[in-house]
Amino acid sequence: MSTLFLQQIANGLLDGVYYLLIALGLSLIFSLGGIVNLAHGAFYAVGAYLTILISPYVGFGGSLIIAPGLVALLGILIERTLFQRFYRADPILSLLLTFGLALVAEQLLRMIFGAPPLSYSIPTWLRGQVFLGDFIYSRYRVTLIVIAAVCVLGLWLLLNKTAFGRVVRAGVQNPDMVGALGISLKPYMMAVAAIGIGLAGLAGVLLAPIYSIHPAMGQEIITPAFVVVVIGGLGSFWGVVTAAILVGLVKGVTIGLGYSQFSTAVIYLMMLVVLLFRPRGLFGERIQRFE
Amino acid sequence: MNKSMCTQRRSLIKSAAAATAASTLSMPAFVRAQSDAIRFGHLTPRTGFLGPLGEYAVMAADLAVEEINAAGGVMGRKLEILKEDSVNPQTASTKAERMIERDKVACIIGEISSASALTIAQVSARTRTLFVNTGANSDALRGSNCNKFMFHVESQNSMYVKTCGRSLQQQGLVRGKKWFSLTADYAFGHDLLKVAKRFMEGNGGNFAADKLVPTDLTDFSAMLIEIRNAKPDLVVSNLAGNQITNFLKQYAEFGLNFPVAGFGFDTALAWAAGADNFGGTWPVVWHHLIDTPNSKRFVANFTKKYGKPPENQAWGDYLAVKIFAQSMNELKTTDSAKLIDHWEKGAKFDVMKTREGYFRKSDHQLMHEMYTVQAIGKGSKNRWDIFKSSAPVPGPGESLEVIATTAEENECKLG
Repeated sequence: MSTLFLQQIANGLLDGVYYLLIALGLSLIFSLGGIVNLAHGAFYAVGAYLTILISPYVGFGGSLIIAPGLVALLGILIERTLFQRFYRADPILSLLLTFGLALVAEQLLRMIFGAPPLSYSIPTWLRGQVFLGDFIYSRYRVTLIVIAAVCVLGLWLLLNKTAFGRVVRAGVQNPDMVGALGISLKPYMMAVAAIGIGLAGLAGVLLAPIYSIHPAMGQEIITPAFVVVVIGGLGSFWGVVTAAILVGLVKGVTIGLGYSQFSTAVIYLMMLVVLLFRPRGLFGERIQRFE
Repeated sequence: MNKSMCTQRRSLIKSAAAATAASTLSMPAFVRAQSDAIRFGHLTPRTGFLGPLGEYAVMAADLAVEEINAAGGVMGRKLEILKEDSVNPQTASTKAERMIERDKVACIIGEISSASALTIAQVSARTRTLFVNTGANSDALRGSNCNKFMFHVESQNSMYVKTCGRSLQQQGLVRGKKWFSLTADYAFGHDLLKVAKRFMEGNGGNFAADKLVPTDLTDFSAMLIEIRNAKPDLVVSNLAGNQITNFLKQYAEFGLNFPVAGFGFDTALAWAAGADNFGGTWPVVWHHLIDTPNSKRFVANFTKKYGKPPENQAWGDYLAVKIFAQSMNELKTTDSAKLIDHWEKGAKFDVMKTREGYFRKSDHQLMHEMYTVQAIGKGSKNRWDIFKSSAPVPGPGESLEVIATTAEENECKLG
């Protein structure tokens, strides 16, 4: 194998991480509330626009904490006023709701910030490249991946090692039983929505310096994020993580082999194959109420 | 059954008559105002990946109409403009049809997508209504798909390639050099790549690689690794829309230092990349720093109305509305056949540059000066003036047609 091909594999392994923060939130909100949040991309866009607004005052470092926090608050507001009415309803209704919400959010961004894309650059202290032998990578992306990895690990610990996580996982499998045990899922739903949506906001902050910032940017990211969730399996934490890495890898290999024109088509093909042979996704858990 | 159909029809006619009577009785002023005004139809993408540029088109068209009405309108009548989002080729043609047949517009102006421009052109030919394309670049629209009722204010891909190519030749980046090109994988990109290859073959350069890029690709890291490995003399972008911004931002991020050039460009995309990230040599039909009195006046009026300078798409739509109004006022008619005849005879227009422009008879392409811009990089005065401009191309002594397709290159068969 040529070193170029190896470089493409290495880059591909990291490439999928950009979708991971979005995909994990999507998966989490779906498994607990049964809501397929088509507006998830909109929160990502809001995160990016907030960064432009607040970073002149608090810097990029400050935005990394404040912007996702604000987006999470927005998430709580939406969860309390809208999502919670649809937890037990026909999924098609929440699908319509979040689809509409995505359109409204995009148009609001257009009305407030204008249709032309806005500029935002990598802060000076994070510019530059790192070299591993012949492999080149940007220093900013290393930071991005470290932050994403910390979030993923933190989320895993929260879900698997804390009392909070136990209730959430029980709620995913059998909300009625959790209710019968005298635990109200309401605050947990709210917290999960805040975390999931906050992560989308964080992804917006992290990608603002390297992607184009425009009102429809949410739509751009939501489709690949969905593909990652579907391949990984709804409700499976490591399934989503594995799928994100796999999607990046397959994309990298396709480009490495010289078929760059198919580099996005191939991830949809992968989803098709997974749906045909493992409709539940690679690591999809059996969730009783969705069967 | 017969009887019921009869009754139905009769009641239908009655109610229709009643409705007509009611509307003529109650709203005479409205009906008169409608027949008094002259209407133009404006269609351009307002959403999707070309939406940001379409927004500039709409702002500019509005400004032109405002100025025309302030100066007495068209043939003494008020000018109205109907604006719609063209969305996609199918919707664009349906809306064009509705504007022409129901709203009785005198002409259609606009578009950015080459695919939508083609379907609008088919409607305009069938209904014998003039369509002026202000933003679609593909050579095919002026070549195999040309038609009598379509004119082009926007430059064709060949003009972009030859304009930028000249600048690249001056920088010694063509003869004997290797190019690495990234091309958006759809009609516009393919057309542009074809023209770019023709230019390279004619001028003694070659391609180290030409990569097709899916239009929904946002991350270019894998492409940047390929580019770094290929060590080209020049990286060429045949990308479109937000992809150009993404590419520029990430190219700066990875710190690659091969020279960059592109054949398709819009200043809004450079502004979105920002002074830190914008780099390379790019062709434009017009930009806000052009130093002619009319161009400066346009920039000043636009900036005053919208709080930011116009980008090149604004120029196209502003100019098209003005050209229509001027010609209709001169000829005292909105008749398409007469306008076509006037334009084909080589009527000259002030296109806000150093020389006047005219529509070439053979393919209805506006002949006018173009420019290349080069990034200034750090040290830009503000977030708009982030590039410096070349002198007009072609130069003062040359024919305006030297950058356009030659008779051999052009497949258009217009009378």
